[in-house]
Amino acid sequence: MEIPYTVEERPDTGLNNSKLGIWLFLASEIMLFGGLFSAYVFLRMGAPDGAFHEWGQELNIPLATVNTLVLITSSVTMVMSWASLKMNEFSKYKLYMGVTLLCAVGFLVIKYFEYTAKFDHHIYPSTNTFMAIYFTLTGLHGLHIIGGMIVMFYFWFPGSKMWQTEPEHFANRIEVLGLYWHFVDLVWIFLFPILYLL
Amino acid sequence: MSGQDHSDIQSHIRTYMLVFGALAILTVVTVGASYLEVTSGESIFIALIVASVKGSLVASYFMHLISERTMIINILLLTIAFFFVLMFLPLMTTTDASQILQ
Repeated sequence: MEIPYTVEERPDTGLNNSKLGIWLFLASEIMLFGGLFSAYVFLRMGAPDGAFHEWGQELNIPLATVNTLVLITSSVTMVMSWASLKMNEFSKYKLYMGVTLLCAVGFLVIKYFEYTAKFDHHIYPSTNTFMAIYFTLTGLHGLHIIGGMIVMFYFWFPGSKMWQTEPEHFANRIEVLGLYWHFVDLVWIFLFPILYLL
Repeated sequence: MSGQDHSDIQSHIRTYMLVFGALAILTVVTVGASYLEVTSGESIFIALIVASVKGSLVASYFMHLISERTMIINILLLTIAFFFVLMFLPLMTTTDASQILQ
């Protein structure tokens, strides 16, 4: 059975089902991260004055800044991969999606160096409440990056066959993937200052 | 976003590049502002304002919310209302604690 309204818009919502679905999913994601941001505020308020700032000094700001720029770049290349499909330039789509995937790998590699540097200094989630929320938030964010990479890889390589048969449907899929990826970028935009800079 | 022609997409691409530049500059501004000698409250305020501007740019242009259907905007407004409830929960706990101490 074919899923209805994957390309054309539903008359009642004015949207195709994929787009409505991803936005509802992202709404649930806002609440998921919202709960953890709330926990961050709660732990920060419960910690001794200045303790969160002091504990945060252990983090590597230059590496996190580079990671922020990497993720912003990946957001641009992701939206460019969708725009390329809209202009019927499939080879450019492949290029931009490949670069997005590389940026995601780069982000995780930098994160790996950050994590291992902490572990080498015997800093773990159990060290203090700041490190507990730092590892929880960045770990969950990292899982979202991995999830996005799996879908990106699928649409970059095996799933891209769909372009030959249903180009508009395929472009919609990339738009939906892009919305997810921009959300992951959006979460990092807030994680970066609250964890590394404040 | 649907049904755009090539010239529409070309104009979008120019916007994406401008937003990319703005995001990169604002990232440097965020890091630079963290070295300012201001109070903790002021630095939190500055960091959140800059992050909110960056977030708005991503949501408006990369996620196309600026030209999105009303239904999606309404879903997000409802979500954001609940998000702020979550953010204010810790504040409510401190109010409770101060009342108990009195």
